[in-house]
Amino acid sequence: MKNNDHVSQNIENEINSNEVMLFMKGTPVFPQCGFSARVVDILTKIGVKFGSVNVLESDEMREGIKKYSNWPTIPQLYVKKDFIGGCDIVTEMFESGELLELLNTNGIDVNPS
Amino acid sequence: MTLEQIEQFIKEAIPDATVEIEDLKGDGDHYSATVISKSFSGKTRVEQHKMVYDAFNGKMGSDLHALKLKTLSE
Repeated sequence: MKNNDHVSQNIENEINSNEVMLFMKGTPVFPQCGFSARVVDILTKIGVKFGSVNVLESDEMREGIKKYSNWPTIPQLYVKKDFIGGCDIVTEMFESGELLELLNTNGIDVNPS
Repeated sequence: MTLEQIEQFIKEAIPDATVEIEDLKGDGDHYSATVISKSFSGKTRVEQHKMVYDAFNGKMGSDLHALKLKTLSE
């Protein structure tokens, strides 16, 4: 199942213009799902700048991102255009220090709070 | 979706898997599952989790809202 072009284009634009990009339910200030909130919390603790899209604002984006990554749920985190994972994987990587290492090796600035 | 159905879906797709499932909220919608299978070895976490999600052939994210996953190769 392929996305139509402008949805894929929107996704690509977001991913290309944000080194760290989070597709989530709600916004970083008002997350509207526990899983999205947890990933926002992790990125905030690490102190990394990230872009975000509220998929609840567009059904096309909400379904399009799942097709794009072939991953059935939201949130979805991307670093340097690579799909990293959803809440479970990001949490696991954060707890093991792997997420910080990934950001460092990609030369992405962090300032832990 | 019931706990038994989840286990069945996973075992059908990953026959050698040992599966431990916990009902997180008792609402039939929030579970956590630890899946251990040799077929995970050499695969990234994303690939491993996709193998489990694919077991639900499209029901993951719709009928089953939240499945907290932990995958191990042994």
